[in-house]
Amino acid sequence: MIRINCPYCGERDHSEFSYGGDATINYPSLDASEKEWTEAIFFRKNIKGFQFETWHHSNGCRMWLVVERSTVTHEIKSVKPCNPNLQKVVENNK
Amino acid sequence: MTKFNAWNVIKNGLNGQSYWTRQWRDPEPKSSYDVVIIGGGLHGLATAYYLAKNHNIKNVAVLEKGWIGGGNAGRNTTIVRSNYMMPGNHEFYEHSLKLWENLSHELNYNVMFSQRAHVSLFHSPGAKDSVSRIYNIMRLHGTDAELWDLKTLKKKIPHLNYHNSRFPILGAAVQKRAGNARHDAVAWGYARAADTLGVDILQNCEVTGFTRKNGNIESIQTSRGIIKGKKIGFAVAGNTSVLWQMAELGNLPIESHKLQAFVSEAVKPLLDQVVVYGVGGAHFYISQSDKGSMVFGGDLDWYKSYAQRGNLPMVQDVAEAAMAIFPSLGRIRLLRHWAGVMDMTMDGSFFICKTPISNLYLNAGWNYGGFKASPASGWYFADLIANESPHNYVQNHNLERFEKGINIDERGAGPDPKLHG
Repeated sequence: MIRINCPYCGERDHSEFSYGGDATINYPSLDASEKEWTEAIFFRKNIKGFQFETWHHSNGCRMWLVVERSTVTHEIKSVKPCNPNLQKVVENNK
Repeated sequence: MTKFNAWNVIKNGLNGQSYWTRQWRDPEPKSSYDVVIIGGGLHGLATAYYLAKNHNIKNVAVLEKGWIGGGNAGRNTTIVRSNYMMPGNHEFYEHSLKLWENLSHELNYNVMFSQRAHVSLFHSPGAKDSVSRIYNIMRLHGTDAELWDLKTLKKKIPHLNYHNSRFPILGAAVQKRAGNARHDAVAWGYARAADTLGVDILQNCEVTGFTRKNGNIESIQTSRGIIKGKKIGFAVAGNTSVLWQMAELGNLPIESHKLQAFVSEAVKPLLDQVVVYGVGGAHFYISQSDKGSMVFGGDLDWYKSYAQRGNLPMVQDVAEAAMAIFPSLGRIRLLRHWAGVMDMTMDGSFFICKTPISNLYLNAGWNYGGFKASPASGWYFADLIANESPHNYVQNHNLERFEKGINIDERGAGPDPKLHG
């Protein structure tokens, strides 16, 4: 079991969460070329090692998180809220 | 290499089994080859075999970082079927099934292919309509497919749970020519047959880098020295992205996920078919090996991973699905379980295609379905490498299909790799 330290709820089993995907995708502007959109939607780095990825606390607070996790050892380095403004709220409440 | 036949079995039986030769050589790498296939799994070995057999290209090496049969070749549930509906896919998998039907003779190696029927249960009128459509498309293309009503199903497999009130069994979609095979034997059979035709199988030979010249890959750096190849093929599903980035080719429409499989202790004959149970959140497939073990599996672990080991929530999920459909398994003990790393693609279909490097060819993206595909995968990948243009069946199985909008998405699940089960 992977344990994810949700900034809102505390440390929980990963079975409470659902995996989203690559958290580093930058979607291009609406008038960008087909090539750029294809790249953003379909193509992935598929990193072997530490990567930033999104998880949804679907059976908890239902917030989206950015997790830095190794895809080889499953070790987690950091967990943050997806929304940078909420990150500030979390820090202010500590 | 001693041929397997009745004469040699009797001769060796009388001579203390002393005249058998090893099944394939263990050669030192040559400095260059006409074709170098990276990846000594079923697909790489089959490719090397068909290059030599169909195209008379025999100066071929297969590089394997571990040992033959140690990767996904030995990490699957050995199911062979051809119940696909998308153009390209159904012709491809049907050809694969036809190759399976003659594979033991072709390779002079008993791959224990058993056409015991693939029985896919349905649990609602909607599911019946949906699967009827797929199986009708199969029939239109000459593949065998039929529907079993509840009465037939109960007669054939009496010990399923027919009293599940949440997901009542209404019948099954059946492919009788489908079944399973012994995965190790397929790997060994292809390795031995390819070796006999002159292919060098280089084990413990990990690729560490590429040297480029004039846009092409000139040579491959490996743990056993530098090897040159006029043409190079990648057949390393699970680690395709790693090799792709080693060749500085950027991103791929692939994510690596792990899929678990389970083997129980051996029991007396219990199940004569491959049974698939898929509803809502559950996905479960089971068959019985010739040794008597129940072999079964379920969904991916749902998060991206290169680790060849499974996580416990999925063990529980699979056990729950097993109990829901097959309550008599309740007291059976699990012998082993393992995980393999899958190339999950953005539309659930594979790639057999050219690449931006003119002497590099790609075979990747096999999702859940690499085992059954291996004969045809080798066949059409060898064809692509030898003739430098894809066969009609695989003409859209390339990396450009996403930009063109011609995704080959059997499930219609969209661009989320983990959903293409």
